[in-house]
Amino acid sequence: MSPRDEREWQRFTPRERALRSGVYLAMAVAFGLALKNIEIVPEFLADTPTQVADLLLRMWPVDWRFLAFTAVAAMVETIHIATLGTLATLIVAFPLGVLAARNIVASPAVRFGAKLCLVASRSVNSLVWALFFVAVFGPGALAGTVAITFRSIGFVGKLLGEALEEVAPGPVEAIVAVGAPWSSVFLKGYWPQVKPAFLSIALLRWDINVRESSVLGLVGAGGIGLVLDSAINVFQWRAVAAVLVAILAVVLLAEVVVTFLRTRII
Amino acid sequence: MDALTRRVVGDVAFPGGWGGRVRWLLERHGNRIAWVGLALYVLYATSILGFTPARFWAGLGHGWAFLARLFPPDFASRWADIQHDMLESLEIAVLASVFGILASLPLGLLAARNLMPAYVTWPVRLLISVSRSFHPVIVGILFVKAIGFGPFAGVLTLAVASVGFIGKLFTEAIEEISLRQVEAVRATGASFPNVLIFGVIPQVTARFVGFSLYQLDSNLRNSTILGIVGAGGIGGTLLAAFQRFDYSIVCAIVLVMIALIMVGEMLSEQVRKLFQ
Repeated sequence: MSPRDEREWQRFTPRERALRSGVYLAMAVAFGLALKNIEIVPEFLADTPTQVADLLLRMWPVDWRFLAFTAVAAMVETIHIATLGTLATLIVAFPLGVLAARNIVASPAVRFGAKLCLVASRSVNSLVWALFFVAVFGPGALAGTVAITFRSIGFVGKLLGEALEEVAPGPVEAIVAVGAPWSSVFLKGYWPQVKPAFLSIALLRWDINVRESSVLGLVGAGGIGLVLDSAINVFQWRAVAAVLVAILAVVLLAEVVVTFLRTRII
Repeated sequence: MDALTRRVVGDVAFPGGWGGRVRWLLERHGNRIAWVGLALYVLYATSILGFTPARFWAGLGHGWAFLARLFPPDFASRWADIQHDMLESLEIAVLASVFGILASLPLGLLAARNLMPAYVTWPVRLLISVSRSFHPVIVGILFVKAIGFGPFAGVLTLAVASVGFIGKLFTEAIEEISLRQVEAVRATGASFPNVLIFGVIPQVTARFVGFSLYQLDSNLRNSTILGIVGAGGIGGTLLAAFQRFDYSIVCAIVLVMIALIMVGEMLSEQVRKLFQ
Protein backbone atom coordinates (compact mmCIF):
# COMPACT_ATOMS: atom_id res chain seq x y z
CA MET A 1 0.00 0.00 0.00
CA SER A 2 1.50 3.30 -1.02
CA PRO A 3 1.55 6.18 1.47
CA ARG A 4 -0.79 8.09 -0.83
CA ASP A 5 -3.67 5.72 -0.12
CA GLU A 6 -3.37 6.19 3.61
CA ARG A 7 -4.28 9.84 3.42
CA GLU A 8 -7.52 10.48 5.21
CA TRP A 9 -10.14 12.79 3.78
CA GLN A 10 -10.88 15.66 6.11
CA ARG A 11 -13.73 18.06 5.66
CA PHE A 12 -12.19 21.12 7.28
CA THR A 13 -8.74 22.70 7.19
CA PRO A 14 -6.71 22.60 10.44
CA ARG A 15 -7.29 26.35 10.81
CA GLU A 16 -11.05 25.92 10.58
CA ARG A 17 -10.96 23.11 13.09
CA ALA A 18 -8.81 25.14 15.50
CA LEU A 19 -11.14 28.15 15.21
CA ARG A 20 -14.21 26.00 15.72
CA SER A 21 -12.71 24.35 18.77
CA GLY A 22 -11.84 27.82 20.02
CA VAL A 23 -15.47 28.92 19.63
CA TYR A 24 -16.72 25.84 21.50
CA LEU A 25 -14.18 26.43 24.26
CA ALA A 26 -15.10 30.12 24.53
CA MET A 27 -18.78 29.20 24.77
CA ALA A 28 -18.13 26.63 27.48
CA VAL A 29 -16.03 29.12 29.46
CA ALA A 30 -18.67 31.84 29.05
CA PHE A 31 -21.37 29.42 30.20
CA GLY A 32 -19.31 28.32 33.23
CA LEU A 33 -18.50 31.89 34.27
CA ALA A 34 -22.09 33.02 33.83
CA LEU A 35 -23.40 30.08 35.82
CA LYS A 36 -20.96 30.88 38.62
CA ASN A 37 -21.80 34.59 38.75
CA ILE A 38 -25.58 34.42 38.41
CA GLU A 39 -25.82 31.97 41.33
CA ILE A 40 -28.91 29.97 40.56
CA VAL A 41 -30.13 28.72 43.92
CA PRO A 42 -31.26 25.09 43.39
CA GLU A 43 -34.14 25.51 45.88
CA PHE A 44 -35.46 28.49 43.88
CA LEU A 45 -35.15 26.54 40.66
CA ALA A 46 -37.04 23.58 42.14
CA ASP A 47 -39.67 25.94 43.53
CA THR A 48 -40.28 27.75 40.22
CA PRO A 49 -43.03 25.46 38.84
CA THR A 50 -44.99 25.73 42.12
CA GLN A 51 -44.70 29.52 42.17
CA VAL A 52 -45.66 29.93 38.53
CA ALA A 53 -48.60 27.56 38.97
CA ASP A 54 -49.71 29.55 42.03
CA LEU A 55 -49.59 32.78 40.04
CA LEU A 56 -51.55 31.22 37.18
CA LEU A 57 -54.18 29.95 39.65
CA ARG A 58 -54.64 33.44 41.06
CA MET A 59 -55.23 34.68 37.51
CA TRP A 60 -58.22 32.39 37.05
CA PRO A 61 -61.01 33.12 36.23
CA VAL A 62 -60.22 35.90 33.79
CA ASP A 63 -61.93 39.20 34.62
CA TRP A 64 -64.12 39.38 31.48
CA ARG A 65 -65.72 42.70 32.47
CA PHE A 66 -62.29 44.30 32.71
CA LEU A 67 -61.41 42.77 29.35
CA ALA A 68 -64.51 44.18 27.66
CA PHE A 69 -64.44 47.67 29.19
CA THR A 70 -60.78 48.55 29.73
CA ALA A 71 -58.42 46.15 28.01
CA VAL A 72 -60.04 46.27 24.57
CA ALA A 73 -59.92 50.08 24.40
CA ALA A 74 -56.27 50.10 25.51
CA MET A 75 -55.46 47.42 22.95
CA VAL A 76 -57.01 49.52 20.16
CA GLU A 77 -54.75 52.38 21.21
CA THR A 78 -51.79 49.97 21.11
CA ILE A 79 -52.66 48.96 17.54
CA HIS A 80 -52.88 52.63 16.53
CA ILE A 81 -49.42 53.25 18.03
CA ALA A 82 -47.96 50.28 16.15
CA THR A 83 -49.60 51.23 12.85
CA LEU A 84 -48.78 54.94 12.93
CA GLY A 85 -45.25 54.12 14.07
CA THR A 86 -44.80 51.71 11.17
CA LEU A 87 -46.16 54.22 8.63
CA ALA A 88 -43.81 56.94 9.90
CA THR A 89 -40.96 54.42 9.76
CA LEU A 90 -41.56 53.71 6.08
CA ILE A 91 -41.25 57.41 5.25
CA VAL A 92 -37.90 57.80 7.04
CA ALA A 93 -36.44 54.34 6.36
CA PHE A 94 -37.01 54.46 2.60
CA PRO A 95 -34.47 57.20 1.78
CA LEU A 96 -32.00 55.82 4.35
CA GLY A 97 -32.25 52.33 2.83
CA VAL A 98 -31.63 53.76 -0.64
CA LEU A 99 -28.62 55.74 0.62
CA ALA A 100 -27.18 52.59 2.21
CA ALA A 101 -27.32 50.48 -0.97
CA ARG A 102 -23.91 49.92 -2.57
CA ASN A 103 -25.19 49.69 -6.14
CA ILE A 104 -27.09 52.99 -5.96
CA VAL A 105 -24.90 55.35 -3.96
CA ALA A 106 -21.27 55.51 -5.09
CA SER A 107 -19.92 57.62 -2.23
CA PRO A 108 -18.63 55.45 0.64
CA ALA A 109 -18.99 58.38 3.06
CA VAL A 110 -22.72 58.77 2.36
CA ARG A 111 -23.27 55.00 2.63
CA PHE A 112 -21.37 54.90 5.90
CA GLY A 113 -23.44 57.78 7.28
CA ALA A 114 -26.70 56.08 6.33
CA LYS A 115 -25.55 52.75 7.76
CA LEU A 116 -24.48 54.42 11.00
CA CYS A 117 -27.98 55.90 11.42
CA LEU A 118 -29.54 52.50 10.73
CA VAL A 119 -27.24 50.65 13.16
CA ALA A 120 -27.76 53.25 15.90
CA SER A 121 -31.52 52.94 15.47
CA ARG A 122 -31.42 49.14 15.71
CA SER A 123 -29.05 48.96 18.65
CA VAL A 124 -31.30 50.86 21.04
CA ASN A 125 -34.25 48.84 22.27
CA SER A 126 -37.72 50.28 21.73
CA LEU A 127 -38.22 50.53 25.50
CA VAL A 128 -35.07 52.64 25.81
CA TRP A 129 -36.23 54.82 22.92
CA ALA A 130 -39.54 55.09 24.76
CA LEU A 131 -37.77 56.26 27.94
CA PHE A 132 -36.06 58.96 25.86
CA PHE A 133 -39.23 60.14 24.15
CA VAL A 134 -41.25 60.14 27.35
CA ALA A 135 -38.63 62.56 28.65
CA VAL A 136 -38.99 64.65 25.47
CA PHE A 137 -42.73 64.56 24.65
CA GLY A 138 -44.09 63.70 28.08
CA PRO A 139 -45.98 60.48 28.87
CA GLY A 140 -48.49 59.31 26.30
CA ALA A 141 -49.04 57.68 22.95
CA LEU A 142 -46.97 60.26 21.02
CA ALA A 143 -43.81 59.17 22.83
CA GLY A 144 -44.66 55.52 22.13
CA THR A 145 -45.29 56.13 18.44
CA VAL A 146 -42.02 58.02 17.97
CA ALA A 147 -40.16 55.31 19.93
CA ILE A 148 -41.61 52.58 17.68
CA THR A 149 -40.62 54.66 14.66
CA PHE A 150 -37.04 55.16 15.80
CA ARG A 151 -36.55 51.49 16.61
CA SER A 152 -38.06 50.30 13.31
CA ILE A 153 -36.13 52.64 11.00
CA GLY A 154 -32.95 50.59 11.38
CA PHE A 155 -34.73 47.30 10.76
CA VAL A 156 -36.67 48.40 7.66
CA GLY A 157 -33.79 50.49 6.27
CA LYS A 158 -31.25 47.68 6.60
CA LEU A 159 -33.47 45.08 4.96
CA LEU A 160 -34.51 47.50 2.19
CA GLY A 161 -30.84 48.34 1.51
CA GLU A 162 -30.00 44.64 1.27
CA ALA A 163 -32.95 44.02 -1.05
CA LEU A 164 -31.81 46.90 -3.30
CA GLU A 165 -28.28 45.47 -3.42
CA GLU A 166 -29.64 42.14 -4.67
CA VAL A 167 -31.51 43.72 -7.58
CA ALA A 168 -30.74 42.20 -11.00
CA PRO A 169 -28.56 44.78 -12.83
CA GLY A 170 -29.93 43.96 -16.33
CA PRO A 171 -33.17 45.99 -16.34
CA VAL A 172 -31.45 48.87 -14.56
CA GLU A 173 -28.64 49.01 -17.13
CA ALA A 174 -31.16 48.85 -19.97
CA ILE A 175 -32.98 51.89 -18.61
CA VAL A 176 -29.73 53.77 -17.99
CA ALA A 177 -28.64 52.94 -21.57
CA VAL A 178 -31.62 54.75 -23.10
CA GLY A 179 -30.61 57.90 -21.23
CA ALA A 180 -33.44 57.93 -18.72
CA PRO A 181 -33.23 60.39 -15.83
CA TRP A 182 -32.37 59.04 -12.40
CA SER A 183 -35.98 59.16 -11.19
CA SER A 184 -37.10 56.90 -14.06
CA VAL A 185 -34.18 54.55 -13.47
CA PHE A 186 -35.26 54.18 -9.87
CA LEU A 187 -39.01 53.94 -10.48
CA LYS A 188 -38.82 51.57 -13.47
CA GLY A 189 -35.55 49.73 -12.79
CA TYR A 190 -35.14 49.30 -9.03
CA TRP A 191 -38.58 49.83 -7.51
CA PRO A 192 -40.52 47.05 -9.32
CA GLN A 193 -37.85 44.58 -8.25
CA VAL A 194 -37.87 45.52 -4.56
CA LYS A 195 -41.56 46.39 -4.15
CA PRO A 196 -42.63 42.90 -2.96
CA ALA A 197 -39.69 42.75 -0.55
CA PHE A 198 -40.46 46.24 0.76
CA LEU A 199 -44.13 45.45 1.40
CA SER A 200 -43.18 42.18 3.04
CA ILE A 201 -40.63 43.92 5.30
CA ALA A 202 -43.22 46.56 6.24
CA LEU A 203 -45.77 43.88 7.15
CA LEU A 204 -43.21 41.93 9.16
CA ARG A 205 -42.23 45.03 11.09
CA TRP A 206 -45.86 45.94 11.74
CA ASP A 207 -46.36 42.49 13.25
CA ILE A 208 -43.30 42.99 15.49
CA ASN A 209 -44.42 46.51 16.40
CA VAL A 210 -47.81 45.29 17.60
CA ARG A 211 -45.97 43.08 20.12
CA GLU A 212 -43.49 45.77 21.11
CA SER A 213 -46.07 48.50 21.57
CA SER A 214 -47.91 46.30 24.06
CA VAL A 215 -45.12 46.88 26.61
CA LEU A 216 -44.34 50.56 25.97
CA GLY A 217 -46.88 51.59 28.60
CA LEU A 218 -44.60 50.18 31.33
CA VAL A 219 -42.43 53.27 30.90
CA GLY A 220 -45.42 55.58 30.35
CA ALA A 221 -45.50 55.62 26.55
CA GLY A 222 -49.16 54.73 26.08
CA GLY A 223 -51.04 51.61 25.07
CA ILE A 224 -52.06 48.52 26.99
CA GLY A 225 -48.79 48.33 28.94
CA LEU A 226 -50.08 51.14 31.15
CA VAL A 227 -53.17 49.12 32.07
CA LEU A 228 -51.03 46.04 32.64
CA ASP A 229 -48.66 47.95 34.89
CA SER A 230 -51.39 49.42 37.07
CA ALA A 231 -53.18 46.05 37.37
CA ILE A 232 -49.93 44.38 38.46
CA ASN A 233 -49.12 47.12 40.96
CA VAL A 234 -52.39 46.50 42.81
CA PHE A 235 -52.11 42.69 42.43
CA GLN A 236 -55.34 42.39 40.43
CA TRP A 237 -54.24 39.16 38.86
CA ARG A 238 -57.59 38.47 37.20
CA ALA A 239 -57.35 41.86 35.44
CA VAL A 240 -53.76 41.00 34.48
CA ALA A 241 -55.10 37.80 32.94
CA ALA A 242 -57.65 39.87 31.00
CA VAL A 243 -54.85 42.06 29.62
CA LEU A 244 -52.82 39.00 28.66
CA VAL A 245 -55.83 37.52 26.86
CA ALA A 246 -56.29 40.79 24.96
CA ILE A 247 -52.62 40.87 23.94
CA LEU A 248 -52.65 37.22 22.90
CA ALA A 249 -55.79 37.74 20.81
CA VAL A 250 -54.36 40.79 19.04
CA VAL A 251 -50.99 39.13 18.39
CA LEU A 252 -52.72 36.12 16.83
CA LEU A 253 -55.03 38.44 14.86
CA ALA A 254 -52.02 40.41 13.61
CA GLU A 255 -50.44 37.19 12.37
CA VAL A 256 -53.61 36.27 10.49
CA VAL A 257 -53.87 39.78 8.98
CA VAL A 258 -50.23 39.72 7.88
CA THR A 259 -50.59 36.28 6.29
CA PHE A 260 -53.74 37.42 4.48
CA LEU A 261 -52.25 40.70 3.22
CA ARG A 262 -49.07 38.94 2.14
CA THR A 263 -50.98 36.60 -0.15
CA ARG A 264 -53.16 39.43 -1.45
CA ILE A 265 -50.66 42.17 -2.30
CA ILE A 266 -47.36 40.40 -2.82
CA MET B 1 -81.29 60.60 -19.82
CA ASP B 2 -84.48 58.66 -19.12
CA ALA B 3 -84.64 55.71 -16.82
CA LEU B 4 -84.48 53.12 -19.60
CA THR B 5 -81.33 54.57 -21.22
CA ARG B 6 -79.68 54.88 -17.86
CA ARG B 7 -80.37 51.24 -17.12
CA VAL B 8 -79.12 50.09 -20.51
CA VAL B 9 -75.95 52.21 -20.41
CA GLY B 10 -75.42 51.19 -16.81
CA ASP B 11 -75.72 47.51 -17.66
CA VAL B 12 -73.29 47.82 -20.54
CA ALA B 13 -70.75 49.78 -18.55
CA PHE B 14 -71.11 47.64 -15.44
CA PRO B 15 -71.91 44.06 -16.35
CA GLY B 16 -72.84 42.11 -13.26
CA GLY B 17 -74.78 44.81 -11.40
CA TRP B 18 -73.43 46.23 -8.15
CA GLY B 19 -70.69 43.61 -7.75
CA GLY B 20 -69.45 44.59 -11.20
CA ARG B 21 -69.51 48.27 -10.32
CA VAL B 22 -67.45 47.67 -7.18
CA ARG B 23 -64.99 45.51 -9.10
CA TRP B 24 -64.68 48.19 -11.80
CA LEU B 25 -64.12 50.86 -9.16
CA LEU B 26 -61.40 48.80 -7.46
CA GLU B 27 -59.66 47.94 -10.72
CA ARG B 28 -59.73 51.50 -11.98
CA HIS B 29 -59.17 53.43 -8.77
CA GLY B 30 -57.96 50.77 -6.30
CA ASN B 31 -54.67 52.52 -5.62
CA ARG B 32 -56.28 55.90 -5.15
CA ILE B 33 -58.90 54.44 -2.81
CA ALA B 34 -56.17 52.76 -0.77
CA TRP B 35 -54.24 56.03 -0.44
CA VAL B 36 -57.32 58.01 0.56
CA GLY B 37 -58.25 55.29 3.07
CA LEU B 38 -54.73 55.41 4.51
CA ALA B 39 -54.85 59.21 4.83
CA LEU B 40 -58.24 59.05 6.55
CA TYR B 41 -56.93 56.39 8.92
CA VAL B 42 -53.89 58.50 9.82
CA LEU B 43 -56.11 61.53 10.53
CA TYR B 44 -58.49 59.42 12.60
CA ALA B 45 -55.76 57.64 14.60
CA THR B 46 -53.75 60.78 15.28
CA SER B 47 -56.87 62.55 16.57
CA ILE B 48 -57.80 59.55 18.75
CA LEU B 49 -54.31 59.46 20.26
CA GLY B 50 -54.34 63.24 20.80
CA PHE B 51 -51.37 64.12 18.60
CA THR B 52 -51.29 67.82 17.83
CA PRO B 53 -48.68 69.74 15.85
CA ALA B 54 -48.32 72.08 18.84
CA ARG B 55 -47.38 69.18 21.09
CA PHE B 56 -44.99 67.83 18.51
CA TRP B 57 -43.17 71.15 18.07
CA ALA B 58 -43.03 71.73 21.81
CA GLY B 59 -41.54 68.23 22.10
CA LEU B 60 -38.87 69.04 19.53
CA GLY B 61 -37.93 72.10 21.59
CA HIS B 62 -37.64 69.91 24.70
CA GLY B 63 -35.67 67.47 22.58
CA TRP B 64 -32.89 69.98 22.00
CA ALA B 65 -32.70 70.83 25.70
CA PHE B 66 -32.69 67.10 26.44
CA LEU B 67 -29.86 66.40 24.00
CA ALA B 68 -27.84 69.18 25.60
CA ARG B 69 -28.28 67.48 28.98
CA LEU B 70 -27.29 64.06 27.62
CA PHE B 71 -23.85 65.24 26.55
CA PRO B 72 -21.14 64.92 27.61
CA PRO B 73 -21.66 61.32 28.84
CA ASP B 74 -20.52 60.66 32.38
CA PHE B 75 -18.75 57.29 32.39
CA ALA B 76 -16.70 57.84 35.51
CA SER B 77 -19.02 58.37 38.46
CA ARG B 78 -20.92 55.06 38.19
CA TRP B 79 -18.45 53.00 36.22
CA ALA B 80 -18.36 50.15 38.75
CA ASP B 81 -22.16 49.78 38.62
CA ILE B 82 -22.29 50.01 34.85
CA GLN B 83 -19.57 47.41 34.48
CA HIS B 84 -21.17 45.00 36.95
CA ASP B 85 -24.67 45.29 35.47
CA MET B 86 -23.46 45.08 31.89
CA LEU B 87 -21.63 41.87 32.74
CA GLU B 88 -24.80 40.61 34.40
CA SER B 89 -26.79 41.32 31.22
CA LEU B 90 -24.22 39.40 29.21
CA GLU B 91 -24.37 36.46 31.63
CA ILE B 92 -28.17 36.42 31.54
CA ALA B 93 -28.02 36.31 27.74
CA VAL B 94 -25.49 33.45 27.71
CA LEU B 95 -27.33 31.30 30.26
CA ALA B 96 -30.74 31.94 28.71
CA SER B 97 -29.43 31.03 25.27
CA VAL B 98 -27.87 27.79 26.49
CA PHE B 99 -30.99 26.73 28.42
CA GLY B 100 -33.29 27.88 25.63
CA ILE B 101 -31.35 26.00 22.96
CA LEU B 102 -31.14 22.85 25.10
CA ALA B 103 -34.91 22.95 25.56
CA SER B 104 -35.59 23.79 21.91
CA LEU B 105 -33.69 20.81 20.47
CA PRO B 106 -36.09 18.12 21.76
CA LEU B 107 -39.12 20.41 21.32
CA GLY B 108 -38.16 21.09 17.70
CA LEU B 109 -37.90 17.36 17.03
CA LEU B 110 -41.24 16.70 18.75
CA ALA B 111 -42.98 19.46 16.79
CA ALA B 112 -41.75 18.36 13.34
CA ARG B 113 -44.70 16.98 11.41
CA ASN B 114 -42.57 14.76 9.19
CA LEU B 115 -41.17 12.82 12.16
CA MET B 116 -43.95 12.77 14.76
CA PRO B 117 -47.65 11.95 14.77
CA ALA B 118 -50.18 14.80 15.02
CA TYR B 119 -51.11 14.12 18.66
CA VAL B 120 -47.49 14.86 19.62
CA THR B 121 -46.85 17.84 17.31
CA TRP B 122 -49.98 19.83 18.19
CA PRO B 123 -49.40 20.31 21.94
CA VAL B 124 -45.71 21.04 21.36
CA ARG B 125 -46.50 23.54 18.60
CA LEU B 126 -49.00 25.25 20.89
CA LEU B 127 -46.38 25.46 23.66
CA ILE B 128 -43.88 27.01 21.23
CA SER B 129 -46.39 29.57 19.90
CA VAL B 130 -47.49 30.61 23.37
CA SER B 131 -43.84 31.18 24.35
CA ARG B 132 -43.50 33.42 21.32
CA SER B 133 -46.72 35.39 21.72
CA PHE B 134 -45.75 37.57 24.66
CA HIS B 135 -43.03 40.18 24.65
CA PRO B 136 -40.09 39.13 26.88
CA VAL B 137 -40.81 42.07 29.18
CA ILE B 138 -44.29 40.76 29.97
CA VAL B 139 -42.95 37.26 30.62
CA GLY B 140 -40.29 38.97 32.75
CA ILE B 141 -42.90 40.72 34.91
CA LEU B 142 -44.65 37.42 35.55
CA PHE B 143 -41.42 35.62 36.48
CA VAL B 144 -40.37 38.47 38.75
CA LYS B 145 -43.73 38.29 40.52
CA ALA B 146 -43.54 34.50 40.75
CA ILE B 147 -39.95 33.97 41.89
CA GLY B 148 -38.70 37.39 42.98
CA PHE B 149 -36.34 40.05 41.69
CA GLY B 150 -32.94 39.30 40.25
CA PRO B 151 -31.08 37.91 37.26
CA PHE B 152 -32.52 34.41 37.68
CA ALA B 153 -35.95 35.72 36.61
CA GLY B 154 -34.22 37.27 33.59
CA VAL B 155 -32.60 33.96 32.64
CA LEU B 156 -35.94 32.13 32.78
CA THR B 157 -37.67 34.89 30.80
CA LEU B 158 -35.20 34.87 27.95
CA ALA B 159 -35.08 31.06 27.98
CA VAL B 160 -38.84 31.08 27.34
CA ALA B 161 -38.39 33.67 24.58
CA SER B 162 -35.63 31.53 23.04
CA VAL B 163 -37.86 28.45 23.02
CA GLY B 164 -40.55 30.48 21.24
CA PHE B 165 -38.26 31.66 18.46
CA ILE B 166 -35.69 28.97 17.82
CA GLY B 167 -38.13 26.19 18.67
CA LYS B 168 -40.15 27.38 15.68
CA LEU B 169 -37.10 27.79 13.43
CA PHE B 170 -35.74 24.36 14.43
CA THR B 171 -39.09 22.79 13.64
CA GLU B 172 -39.21 24.41 10.22
CA ALA B 173 -35.62 23.36 9.47
CA ILE B 174 -36.39 19.75 10.41
CA GLU B 175 -39.55 19.74 8.32
CA GLU B 176 -37.54 20.84 5.28
CA ILE B 177 -34.96 17.99 5.41
CA SER B 178 -34.67 15.44 2.67
CA LEU B 179 -36.36 12.22 3.76
CA ARG B 180 -34.23 10.07 1.44
CA GLN B 181 -31.33 10.07 3.87
CA VAL B 182 -33.68 9.27 6.72
CA GLU B 183 -35.10 6.35 4.74
CA ALA B 184 -31.61 5.14 3.87
CA VAL B 185 -30.63 5.06 7.53
CA ARG B 186 -33.93 3.44 8.49
CA ALA B 187 -33.43 0.79 5.77
CA THR B 188 -30.29 -0.41 7.54
CA GLY B 189 -32.46 -1.29 10.52
CA ALA B 190 -31.27 1.57 12.68
CA SER B 191 -33.10 2.39 15.89
CA PHE B 192 -35.01 5.67 16.19
CA PRO B 193 -32.21 7.49 18.08
CA ASN B 194 -29.77 6.38 15.40
CA VAL B 195 -32.11 7.62 12.66
CA LEU B 196 -32.10 11.00 14.40
CA ILE B 197 -28.34 11.10 14.93
CA PHE B 198 -27.29 9.91 11.47
CA GLY B 199 -30.27 10.84 9.29
CA VAL B 200 -31.76 14.05 10.70
CA ILE B 201 -29.22 15.96 12.79
CA PRO B 202 -26.41 16.19 10.16
CA GLN B 203 -28.83 17.83 7.72
CA VAL B 204 -29.78 20.64 10.09
CA THR B 205 -26.63 21.31 12.16
CA ALA B 206 -25.41 24.32 10.16
CA ARG B 207 -28.79 26.02 10.24
CA PHE B 208 -29.17 25.29 13.95
CA VAL B 209 -25.85 27.00 14.66
CA GLY B 210 -27.03 30.02 12.67
CA PHE B 211 -30.33 30.22 14.55
CA SER B 212 -28.62 29.78 17.91
CA LEU B 213 -26.21 32.63 17.23
CA TYR B 214 -29.09 34.79 16.11
CA GLN B 215 -30.89 33.99 19.34
CA LEU B 216 -27.81 34.78 21.44
CA ASP B 217 -27.66 38.15 19.71
CA SER B 218 -31.36 38.77 20.29
CA ASN B 219 -31.12 37.67 23.95
CA LEU B 220 -28.25 40.10 24.48
CA ARG B 221 -30.42 42.94 23.16
CA ASN B 222 -33.33 41.97 25.38
CA SER B 223 -31.24 41.30 28.50
CA THR B 224 -30.29 44.97 28.52
CA ILE B 225 -33.90 46.04 29.13
CA LEU B 226 -35.21 43.33 31.44
CA GLY B 227 -33.88 45.31 34.41
CA ILE B 228 -36.71 47.81 33.82
CA VAL B 229 -39.07 45.24 35.33
CA GLY B 230 -36.55 44.04 37.93
CA ALA B 231 -35.24 40.95 36.16
CA GLY B 232 -31.54 41.84 36.44
CA GLY B 233 -28.99 43.44 34.16
CA ILE B 234 -28.25 47.00 33.09
CA GLY B 235 -31.90 48.01 32.53
CA GLY B 236 -32.51 48.65 36.22
CA THR B 237 -29.59 51.05 36.47
CA LEU B 238 -30.75 52.77 33.30
CA LEU B 239 -34.28 53.23 34.62
CA ALA B 240 -32.94 54.54 37.95
CA ALA B 241 -30.74 57.06 36.13
CA PHE B 242 -33.76 58.22 34.10
CA GLN B 243 -35.84 58.61 37.23
CA ARG B 244 -33.11 60.68 38.91
CA PHE B 245 -32.80 62.81 35.73
CA ASP B 246 -29.09 61.86 35.65
CA TYR B 247 -29.03 62.21 31.88
CA SER B 248 -25.26 62.20 31.48
CA ILE B 249 -25.17 58.77 33.15
CA VAL B 250 -28.11 57.65 30.96
CA CYS B 251 -26.03 58.65 27.96
CA ALA B 252 -23.01 56.69 29.20
CA ILE B 253 -25.10 53.56 29.82
CA VAL B 254 -26.79 53.73 26.42
CA LEU B 255 -23.44 54.20 24.66
CA VAL B 256 -21.95 51.18 26.47
CA MET B 257 -25.09 49.20 25.57
CA ILE B 258 -24.81 50.12 21.88
CA ALA B 259 -21.11 49.21 21.88
CA LEU B 260 -21.80 45.81 23.47
CA ILE B 261 -24.62 45.03 21.04
CA MET B 262 -22.53 46.04 18.03
CA VAL B 263 -19.59 43.93 19.16
CA GLY B 264 -21.98 41.03 19.73
CA GLU B 265 -23.43 41.44 16.25
CA MET B 266 -19.99 41.49 14.62
CA LEU B 267 -18.76 38.47 16.60
CA SER B 268 -21.84 36.42 15.78
CA GLU B 269 -21.44 37.34 12.11
CA GLN B 270 -17.84 36.02 12.17
CA VAL B 271 -18.78 32.82 13.99
CA ARG B 272 -21.67 32.22 11.58
CA LYS B 273 -19.27 32.50 8.63
CA LEU B 274 -16.94 30.03 10.33
CA PHE B 275 -19.69 27.42 10.70
CA GLN B 276 -21.14 27.69 7.21
